[in-house]
Amino acid sequence: MIALWALAAVCLALSLLADRGRTSAALKLAAVRLAKILPAFLLMLVLFAVGITLVPQEAVRRLLGQDSGALGVAVAAALGSVTLMPGFIAFPLCGALLKEGVPYMVLAAFTTTLMMVGVLTYPLERQYFGRNVALIRNAVSLLIALVVAVVVGVVFGEIRP
Amino acid sequence: MRVRPGQIVQLSLAAAFGVFVAGSFAGGFGAGREMGRTFASTLLEMLKLLPCAFLLIALFDVWVKREAVERHFGKGSGIRGYLWGILLAGMTVGGMYVAFPVACSLFRKGARLSVIFAYVGFAGVCRIPMTLFEASFMGGRFTAVRLAVSAPLVILASHVMGRILERRGYSMAE
Repeated sequence: MIALWALAAVCLALSLLADRGRTSAALKLAAVRLAKILPAFLLMLVLFAVGITLVPQEAVRRLLGQDSGALGVAVAAALGSVTLMPGFIAFPLCGALLKEGVPYMVLAAFTTTLMMVGVLTYPLERQYFGRNVALIRNAVSLLIALVVAVVVGVVFGEIRP
Repeated sequence: MRVRPGQIVQLSLAAAFGVFVAGSFAGGFGAGREMGRTFASTLLEMLKLLPCAFLLIALFDVWVKREAVERHFGKGSGIRGYLWGILLAGMTVGGMYVAFPVACSLFRKGARLSVIFAYVGFAGVCRIPMTLFEASFMGGRFTAVRLAVSAPLVILASHVMGRILERRGYSMAE
């Protein structure tokens, strides 16, 4: 996190040196965007807080938790495929779930399907690619997400060969 | 800045939650207090990161112009077209619903199908703003592994799909 702030500080300093006007435009852009997503963001946090309190920890743990294994990955991949959620909401949520003990591999399945597989965007995609290609693209993407989840699981020691 | 109706609904719901939590603390309602604490600690955690991420994204948007990238996308650009496709995907904001129309315009401009599929895949996998977010919340190691695995797979899948469809004379709808 400190690295991120340092990177931002260096970039900001370079930008200031190069062009004052552009930098202030960037700052304004950042502030406006932040303000724009804040309501959705607050609501996401509310839903998360309510959900995590009301949903029995036991159920979450069983479905997505440490010992959920293949079932957890499957549930997460299904959720990610049918959900439409911007990254700035999805990743903070995943960060919070990570602290709740959800394994990296389950979160990898969720985020990758969220970004690449779109059940809700399928009608739109079909308009551009046609039915067959849209279906194939989504199926291939789901496969890629599962491979990513497995490799993440191995790297983080969640899957032991 | 215009305030959308959706935002008003979102804010009202968040405010209602605030009232509920305040009531829970006053009335000694355990579950409500618990929700309030979870909310506050998560919010605090995220406020440490959000401004930083948004600043980086805005700087990126101000300094790198989308038009400049699209200009480099010319026909018959071979492997370079591929690289620009990935770069363009990295700069895509929004989601797939933005990537599809862009892919379509690339097709009209004569980009190869495999490049187009790679663009759509990478628009999912490695949009730069999103990746910054991911790395800040999930850790750089997670992001590095995810990219290292998904990037080659996306290229491979796009290459195969592009080759097959091109042979079949596939054409994207307008």
